[in-house]
Amino acid sequence: MSKKTRETISVVLRYAVLVAVGVVMFYPMLWMVGASLKADNNEIYSTISFIPKHPSFQAYVKGWTATGFNFSHFMINTYLIVLPKVVGAVISSVITAYGFSRFQFVGKTFLFAVLMSTLFLPQVVLNIPQFLLFTGIGWVDTYKPLIVPAFFANEPYFVFMLVQFMRSVSREMEEAAEIDGCNSFQRLVYIVTPIVKPAIVSCALFQFMWSSNDFQGPLIYINTVSKYPASLGLRLIADSETGFEWNKILALSVISILPTLIVFFMAQDQFVEGIAAGGVKG
Amino acid sequence: MTNEIRKTPWQRFWKKNHGLIYILPWLLGFLFFKFYPFLSSFWYSLKDFNLFKGDAPFIGMGNYKTILETKKYVTAYKITFQYAFLTVPLKLGFSLFIAYILNFRIKFVKFFRTVYYIPSILGGSVAVSIVWKFLFQSEGLINKILGLFGGEAVNWLGSPKYALWVISLLHVWQFGSAMVIFLAALKGVPQDLYEAAAIDGAGKWRQFFSVTVPLITPVIFYNLVTQLCNAFQEFNSAYIITKGGPLGSTTLISLLVYQNAFKSYEMGLACAMAWILFVIVAAFTLIAFVSQKYWVYYSDEER
Repeated sequence: MSKKTRETISVVLRYAVLVAVGVVMFYPMLWMVGASLKADNNEIYSTISFIPKHPSFQAYVKGWTATGFNFSHFMINTYLIVLPKVVGAVISSVITAYGFSRFQFVGKTFLFAVLMSTLFLPQVVLNIPQFLLFTGIGWVDTYKPLIVPAFFANEPYFVFMLVQFMRSVSREMEEAAEIDGCNSFQRLVYIVTPIVKPAIVSCALFQFMWSSNDFQGPLIYINTVSKYPASLGLRLIADSETGFEWNKILALSVISILPTLIVFFMAQDQFVEGIAAGGVKG
Repeated sequence: MTNEIRKTPWQRFWKKNHGLIYILPWLLGFLFFKFYPFLSSFWYSLKDFNLFKGDAPFIGMGNYKTILETKKYVTAYKITFQYAFLTVPLKLGFSLFIAYILNFRIKFVKFFRTVYYIPSILGGSVAVSIVWKFLFQSEGLINKILGLFGGEAVNWLGSPKYALWVISLLHVWQFGSAMVIFLAALKGVPQDLYEAAAIDGAGKWRQFFSVTVPLITPVIFYNLVTQLCNAFQEFNSAYIITKGGPLGSTTLISLLVYQNAFKSYEMGLACAMAWILFVIVAAFTLIAFVSQKYWVYYSDEER
């Protein structure tokens, strides 16, 4: 075998692997969308093809009102939780990262080590005392236990990413502004924040996607059905459905992940850069 | 100068340390939402504490003893270990392999990367868990495909032997984020090292294990630690897809903690379980950190 043929074979092999893996990755999603457009279980179970014979949105229409609440109600609830969380996480993480990257103060090294070690602190240890704490102040069955911690930079990964970014940018502008009489807070708002905008966008995106997917948090804190976010609403329908009309459940599943997908596609370059920059859990 | 002297010690402290005010939000959040819960969870674990019984007597290591003596609980730890040691190596190996292929001059890199990454952003959601449950039903898509190749239909969700594999595969399916991190690291390996290795007669495999892997050990290390932490705490898939069954074969420890705490309100017992899990995770993290000097290579080190 000449060098040339060997080279060709390995190139072909590479693409073959990539395509095969791509199919495995993507087919479940494709199939989910396809099945949601199919007429009934019979059609879904009869074939491995994802293409519906007579595509119809009937399942979406029927699924929409399956619980006695419109599904839009659950979707709105989700974003009533997610959007404040994004705002809170961004503001508090930027402020904290600014403190760690631009100032000297007593115990800084120690505090930063503490912050970093919370990256590895399992949430499962904290769940119960947090629940008791929030029960004690009457926050159970409200969105506060889910939202308020985000306003206190509770995601160490974001702070870490922002600190890395802030350390890497030049401080000349800030020094000039200081000479012109800007105080440290003005420098944060008018100079640092615009410079670190790419990192801020990454944080916002991650928070958006993680919180949209969050299931355990609402499961612990939200008891009233009318307050359920989409994740709980979806499970409610999937569990209560007897005789399982799968197209209905899958239709709602598609709806529930649609906003996340749209956000991802709008900002995917940002996103991938964000992960590559600091590494991410997930 | 006179000004300096007239300042109170407090003012002088403040002038030197006013950065503290910026980290205050985090510090408060840490104390209230992390540090206090962390300590009190240990304190609760030493008590016989049921939310709806009046008193919570101190019983020392009683809860821990109960856990270690109850077969159901010990099994849950074993299953959690199985889950972690099944998913993490598979996920890391697979994501590194794919990243390595993508790092050749491949057309449509961006397209492939996107396709592989999508499961990672959706994987934790209830929607995907529902789809997964659907795919692995006895009449589901997976069995249909097996049938095409002449395979027997497998009762994936009904048999204790396979159910853990189903939820493990869901986790491995989300290899995209690990892959993207690996890909960034691979791009950082200088091309001339490969050329030098090729001149010395090293084939592609040899290059991979002798050049690539050693140089990206810091990233392997990072991925290993974060993935282990995540795997030990997995909850959603076991809760939604298998509900811990069949016959407890997918009862991961976080599921048991949830059931004990929020279904039967045995807060003390649940805290003890969570603490055992914490000690395990901490031990592995520590082992990874301590051992890194033997196998992790940082390029800015003196050699």
